[in-house]
Order: sequence, then C-alpha cells, then structure tokens
Amino acid sequence: MAIEDLFKVVIDRSKADTKPKADSKQKKPSPGVAIPQGLLFKCPRCGTVVYRDDFERNKSICPACNYHARIGWRERLEMTVDKGTFTELDADLKTLNPIEFPGYEAKIQELQASCGICEAVVTGVCMIHRYKTVIGIMDSNFMMASMGSVVGEKITRAFEYATKNKLPVVLFTASGGARMQEGIISLMQMAKTSGAIARHNEAGQLYVTVMTDPTTGGVTASFASLGDIIIAEPKVLIGFAGRRVIEGTIKQKLPDDFQSAEFMLENGFVDMIVDRKTLRPTLSKIFRTHNYTRAEEYRGGAAK
Amino acid sequence: MMNALTATERLALIREKGRPTVRDYIPALFSNFIELHGDRHFGDDAAILGGVGMFGTIPVTVIAQVKGRNLEENKRSNFSMPHPEGYRKALRLAKQAEKFHRPVICLVDTPGAFCGIEAEKRGQGEAIARNLMEFMTLKTPVISIVLGEGGSGGALALAVCDELAMLENALYSVISPRGFAAILWKDASRESEAAELMKITAEDLLKFGVCEHIIEEPEGGAHTDPKLTAENISEYLSEAIPRLKAVDTDEMLRRRYDKFRKIGVFSEG
Repeated sequence: MAIEDLFKVVIDRSKADTKPKADSKQKKPSPGVAIPQGLLFKCPRCGTVVYRDDFERNKSICPACNYHARIGWRERLEMTVDKGTFTELDADLKTLNPIEFPGYEAKIQELQASCGICEAVVTGVCMIHRYKTVIGIMDSNFMMASMGSVVGEKITRAFEYATKNKLPVVLFTASGGARMQEGIISLMQMAKTSGAIARHNEAGQLYVTVMTDPTTGGVTASFASLGDIIIAEPKVLIGFAGRRVIEGTIKQKLPDDFQSAEFMLENGFVDMIVDRKTLRPTLSKIFRTHNYTRAEEYRGGAAK
Repeated sequence: MMNALTATERLALIREKGRPTVRDYIPALFSNFIELHGDRHFGDDAAILGGVGMFGTIPVTVIAQVKGRNLEENKRSNFSMPHPEGYRKALRLAKQAEKFHRPVICLVDTPGAFCGIEAEKRGQGEAIARNLMEFMTLKTPVISIVLGEGGSGGALALAVCDELAMLENALYSVISPRGFAAILWKDASRESEAAELMKITAEDLLKFGVCEHIIEEPEGGAHTDPKLTAENISEYLSEAIPRLKAVDTDEMLRRRYDKFRKIGVFSEG
C-alpha cells in the first residue's frame, strides 16, 4: 500500500471515529491496540477520548465539548444535596407485569441486581443549600428510565407529599419515554403525574425541572415539560419523538444539534442551560426568589 | 352486540376506507355547529377540528381529530397527526368552554402526534404536557370518545376527561402495535402478535379502568351503518352530558383526578 493510501485510511478512520454516534450500542471493536474496557471514556458528542478516572473526577463532563454525560442516581444525589440530608420516600414500590409481557419480571430483576435500585426513579426529601425540597432523580441505567407504574406512582406521590407539606420539587428527568412493556398503563402515568403537578401548581408551590441526558418521549410530553422553571444540562438530548422515527418520516438526515439542550433553549422550551458545577447555587438562588425559608443550621455543602 | 373480534381484526376494521370520521359524526350529532380556527400563537392545524354547537338543547364545545376520507382530505389533515398548534388550539377552545360552562366533547382518532422537525421546534412535548395538566383541572365536564385509533400521547392529549367512551372496535394504546413490535422485538412484521398481547381493545381498557363506557357498533363495524353508529353515540351523550353536568365542580374535579390517580399496577412493601 502506498503511503498516501495509508494516510487516507487513517484520516478516514479518524473522521469516522469523531463523528457523533446516535446509538452507542453500535460500537465496533477498534482494530490495533486493545484498550482495557472501562479505562477510557469516549464522548458521544465530540468523540474526544479521556481517562475515565479524570472524566469522573470532572463530574462526568466532557473536558472538550462540555457534554454532561449520564450519571447514576447516587452520584447525582451526592453532588446535589446537602450531606446527610436525604430521606428516601416510597422505596418499597415494586414493579408488576400488567399486560403479562413475556420476560418482563426477569428483566426487572436483572436490572435491580445490576443497578442496585428497585426502579428507574428515586424520590425523597432533602436540603439543597439548606432549602428543604422534595427531589426526584431518574436513572437512565434502569431500562433507559422508561416510565411504568412505579415511576409514575413515585413521582405522583412525591408531588402529593410536596403539596401537603408546602415544599418545592426538583426533578432530574431522564427517560426514553413510556415503558412499552406496561402497555396502556404506562401511558396513563403521563396523565397521573401531570394531575399531581396541577395540584402542586394550584397550591402555589415551585417545581423546577432539570433535564438531563436523555429526556424524551412520554416524559417530555408530561412532567418534564411542566416545570415553573426548566433547566437543562449542556449538550444533552431533549425531544419528543425519536431521531430515527423523525428521519424515517421526513426521509432525510437531521443535523447533529437537533433536539439538544441548546436547540430547546433557542426554541423557547427551556429557561437556561446550567453546568453541573454551578447547579447548587443556581437552585439556591431560585428557592430564594420563591419565598422559601432557609434552615438555620449549616450542614456543610454537597456530599461530594 | 359484543362481537368477539380479535385485536388484529379490529385493527383491520378501523383501517377500513369507509370507516366514518368526525366529518360524518359532527353533522349527525350536533346542530348549529360553528367551526373555530387557530391557536392564537402560531397557526391553525387542520388535523384538529374544533368548534361550538348544540347537542340537543345543550351548547357544547367539540374538539375532534380529523381522519381523511380520501387521500386529498388526509393530506390536508396530515392523516390526523396533529402538530403542537393543534393541541394548543384544543386547549384554547377548552378554556373557552370553561369560561362559558359548556361541556367539552373530544373525538379521538389519531395514529399519534406528528413526528417531524417543525413539531419538535414548536414543542410537541410541551404542547401535549400542557394539555394533560390543564385538562385535569378544567372546570367544565369533559367527555372523550375514541372513534378508531387512539395512538399514544397524541390521543391522551385529548383524553384527560371525566369519562372515556370507546366505539366497540376502537383501539387505544401506548404505541401502535407495529411500533411496539419494532421497538421491543426489532421486528415490525410481528404487528399482529403485538396487537393481541398489548391489551388495547375497549373491553381490555374497561377492565383497566381506562375506559368507562363502550358504544356499540353495528354488526360488521361502524362503516356498515354510519347513521346507526352516530345514533348510538348520540344515545350515550344524551345520558352522559346531563349526568356529568349535574355533578358539583369540585366533586367532578376530585373524581377526574382519582380516575387517573388509581391507574397503576405495582405492589408495596
């Protein structure tokens, strides 16, 4: 092979590698040097490769493009709430199989073992900068945080608790949408959660949405879009319909920034894009302008 | 009376070319009908038809998803797949109905909300979400009737109601059976298997507490006798409207909330 050809191969390969991939499942083993799995993080937005340790120390943010990568609920909780202030609500709700979808129970059990949580959302009460608030964190590791009965019920109860106790709600949304395996029951969770938000809203309480990667489908079309204030993390995916569905409908390729946080800001559907590193003070400023009282005792910042 | 058609047979039936649409039902059900256009923000979506009219002696607001009866009509109404401005028009008319204490009748017949660039830019998700929240606290009775296809959030945006009725062969689902098969089994050709599994018939939904009432279709389906089907719908409405109108508003809103509140299948403890 001539040296020019070799160059071309290398350049083509690097171009292909840096192209953002919509579906990370399509990863092919790269030829050449074998990299131990999990040692490196490759940004799905800009293709930059960094050591996973460095990346995680940086709150799982891509150092090159500022993409805020998906993180588990525990990590999110630790970087968001005041140390030692979280009390979980409704931890004992268990998923059943309403339409008897084959293999659903087994799938749920497998995920519970691998993710260490019961379902795709964790809710509770906590302090953020000494403001007492109800918090909900969706975890995309659990069946892409799709919304079935348990997710819908926990979010509904979280809002009902907040309404009763005159508390604000902060929800970190992430979801592939309604959980198909629960059929029509999952669709009804959209109405149920929106109803609970309507009551919280009528009671004059504050609801802040923080949209994280990815916030899509039935969750975008229900509680995620109903915040009084909607925050998004940089470069995350936010949208209603799936990218491939739209491409199939219009028979053309969509631009890379379509359905990004920045796209949503430009089109008027989020209030602001906030970095993970400044989220706590931002929430604190928001609570302050909504007449919530700050607890006196200082508890010493986020757990992490 | 109750035939024993399978979900797949009903799927074929509601796709029948001659199946009556809101263009057939509205003139048959309401007199003095005046169509009202536009969402007052962006435009007018022909996939959702709205207006005011008389049901007997009662003024009502009608919000309906428009399936075309031929290709020409379908092009105009985007095959009954609304854009955000359609849902915002629906909400505007619902709020107007609340002001004048008119019951709202929603006629649901859609494969789903439209999936496209413009729909995303104008906030399809936000438009549906807003309707779910606002309809939940709308201080006037809301009755939704699924006529054919009740597809996903695009249908639910007109189905947060005091009472949901379904035509006997209508289907209401979280996603089309085809989409279900494509997503969960990576094989869209297993549509029929999905339809049987998903529990999407009126009888299934009655059991789940999603639907309150089934409206009979003539033997062989609504298309065999649109007039009789309209009469059956009319008979249901003439019982339901006065019954719901008689309920005190706070009580009505509490019941509406509870209707959705109790839907969910899980265990505790």
